[in-house]
Amino acid sequence: MIKDITIGQYFPGDTFIHRLDPRIKIIITALFITSLFFINKFYPYLFIIGFIVLAVNMSKVPFKYILKGLRPLMVLILITFFINIFMTKGEVLFELGPLAVTKEGLRQAVFMALRLIFLITGTSLLTLTTSPISLTDGIEKLLSPFKKVGLPAHELAMMMTIALRFIPTLLEETDKIMKAQMARGADFESGNIIRRAKNLVPLLVPLFINAFRRADELAIAMEARCYRGGDNRTRLNELVLSRRDVATLIVMIIFFSLVIMTRFI
Amino acid sequence: MIMEIRNLNFVYNPGTPFESKALDNVNFTIQEGEFIGLIGHTGSGKSTLVQHLNGLIRPTSGDIIIDGVNITNKDVKLKSIRQKVGLVFQYPEYQLFEETIYKDIAFGPSNLGLSEEEVDKRVKEAMELVGLDYESLKDRSPFELSGGQKRRVAIAGVLAMKPKVLVLDEPTAGLDPRGRDEILNEIQALYEREGITIILVSHSMEDVAKLVDRILVMHKGRLVMDGKTREVFKRADELESIGLGIPQITKFMKAYRAKGHDVREDILTVEEAKAEILRYLRSKEND
Amino acid sequence: MKDIMIKVDNVVYEYKSYIEDKMVAAVKNLSLEVRKGEFLVVLGHNGSGKSTLAKMMNGLLLPTSGDIYVLGMNTKDEDKIWDIRQKAGIVFQNPDNQIVATIVEEDVAFGPENQGIDPKEIRRRVDEALEIVEMSEYKKHAPHLLSGGQKQRVAIAGILAMKPDCIILDEPTSMLDPTGRIEVMETIKKLNKEEGKTIILITHYMDEAVQGDRVVVMEEGQIKMEGTPREIFSQVDKIKELGLDVPQVTELAYELKKEGMDIPEDPLNVEELLNLL
Repeated sequence: MIKDITIGQYFPGDTFIHRLDPRIKIIITALFITSLFFINKFYPYLFIIGFIVLAVNMSKVPFKYILKGLRPLMVLILITFFINIFMTKGEVLFELGPLAVTKEGLRQAVFMALRLIFLITGTSLLTLTTSPISLTDGIEKLLSPFKKVGLPAHELAMMMTIALRFIPTLLEETDKIMKAQMARGADFESGNIIRRAKNLVPLLVPLFINAFRRADELAIAMEARCYRGGDNRTRLNELVLSRRDVATLIVMIIFFSLVIMTRFI
Repeated sequence: MIMEIRNLNFVYNPGTPFESKALDNVNFTIQEGEFIGLIGHTGSGKSTLVQHLNGLIRPTSGDIIIDGVNITNKDVKLKSIRQKVGLVFQYPEYQLFEETIYKDIAFGPSNLGLSEEEVDKRVKEAMELVGLDYESLKDRSPFELSGGQKRRVAIAGVLAMKPKVLVLDEPTAGLDPRGRDEILNEIQALYEREGITIILVSHSMEDVAKLVDRILVMHKGRLVMDGKTREVFKRADELESIGLGIPQITKFMKAYRAKGHDVREDILTVEEAKAEILRYLRSKEND
Repeated sequence: MKDIMIKVDNVVYEYKSYIEDKMVAAVKNLSLEVRKGEFLVVLGHNGSGKSTLAKMMNGLLLPTSGDIYVLGMNTKDEDKIWDIRQKAGIVFQNPDNQIVATIVEEDVAFGPENQGIDPKEIRRRVDEALEIVEMSEYKKHAPHLLSGGQKQRVAIAGILAMKPDCIILDEPTSMLDPTGRIEVMETIKKLNKEEGKTIILITHYMDEAVQGDRVVVMEEGQIKMEGTPREIFSQVDKIKELGLDVPQVTELAYELKKEGMDIPEDPLNVEELLNLL
């Protein structure tokens, strides 16, 4: 289950999409999401589908891989679908016991489901084609104008980097502690929810204690390597906007403006 | 016979591009009361092997018979296996979680569903076995102890389950020489007093040479040597070819013999070497 | 004075022990001079104060009393602290807990990035540092997939990229397997012999200590013995009393001498003893 979630995973490659500046990719994704929420007719979705098909093709990420990412979120999509189909008032199409399916409800449900599917596909395309490092770099750079109003852009990016760095380490540790407690007869697999939650204590307590110990050691190691926040820090790979990046951005701004405009015509 | 391993195979990620054979047709038997050393460099399959011994990993194929029970059968209760084979992982102190030392050691026996008196008795015994004073320590937090002491608490937690076979995965990792000697002496004493079967996984040839009767050597998922400690350490070249060594003292005696001195080469400790050299030199004087 | 890398002058370090609820001295009136280019080993068992000393040597901890100078700069001087940390880098015990980034070369770049070095220069330093520790082919790898010895070499490269004169290693091998330990020791020797770095190796392994130029043995926050490895390890009883090991051949020679055999020197390895017998 966990390994099926493709959101946040990186699919290495060297395509046009992969090479695009992460800032540009984040902005495009934001435009993409915004336009999704402006769409109130079906035909603009054709543009969105066209955009996704083109982008996925260019990125050389297999379509299957992206669809796999939808699977764990299918429940969420279905719940949204059914809530909308039954909870929207309007012209009744047919009735299922106490529940009425309305024309507006059906329309709304399909709309929301499509919106969610596109939302997930679009954002996973961003993370699939952008390495975690350049993603955090991009976020840091994009947020840096807000430093003046007190937003800790660098700190947020650093926290993300460290989190990404330690996820595999902590997963490995979880596995180790779990096995060690199982060797002492601990049971993580049976019982009701409350029992199971209680049984997790022997796993979670050591995990937290070790995580704090690691954090402490890491902080000292960072200080020893002259870390003192984001000021005057340089980067090994500085982000530089190429002409191609700017051109892509302009094309995309025009494209999504048109999609958004469909709402008003 | 306490343990029999027959044609044991284990494949990681079968059917994927990451497929790898971690255990390749492993066979051996262990008699009750043996003290076994399991050696092999990182990735040789020894960790995978020991996790099979108490059912933490199920084999891809093969049989694991512990005390007459084939634990690869689906209907075998895992708890009963874990009671028979106690496994102490590397750096076991990082698994401590209870507020008091007593409660932490009692975790295992309580999981076995034993009565309170029995648990109580076992905690006392286990603490004594690893050299922890029951009265002064039972209500203290395990997190206040030193590294070596914490490790003792963790080992006691497994001993309190009264396993017939105790598997220790590098019990001395990260300890300084004094801490290492203390733990090893306790393991030795435990073996002599309780007569339980012990499997010691170690990277230290010196430790293995000092303690165990028989050595199993793993390499690339296969069991490549199985024999008495002295016999295995005679095969220094083979061991070196798979990235393992022999104790420095054994190495010296081999080299000394190669220089034309008629000494035994199956020497394991400094005391033995001293006795052997003195014997040899005196016999030479008498000639 | 000119050839002194680090000078420790009558240093005391006290901390509050919550278990015993009182002030405890981890280091007591310790004085030590580390010469430039030297390979110094600080040997001692856990709790002897050796790690505290290491952390004081680049200003991560400040002495309660006494002073520590790195190339003449006092670690208490706040204006100099970043220069001190650049000149005297430190590598810690647990390789997992000192690697910051998700890609090897990004991690090696972390130090110079913090120093605000020009990106082109960082690139040069990262490539050079990875070359020295022989990890160039892994520069695009994720650190968590490396072996312990490889991770520790990446950590060393991270320090090297800051161009320090001195590298302090606080039990760098104690969590590694024998292969990893050999790799890291080879790297350390290379840094000393080929790169001319001053090395301060904190350890409790005697087989590592014998490879140094000079050994100081710590116990209860003080220096109990000092000398060349041969001078130190020939005192077998004293070393054992301090809870430490001597090489098996050294011990054998010592035992044979006690039995009246004439062994003129104290061997530290198999070859030396073979030549003596």
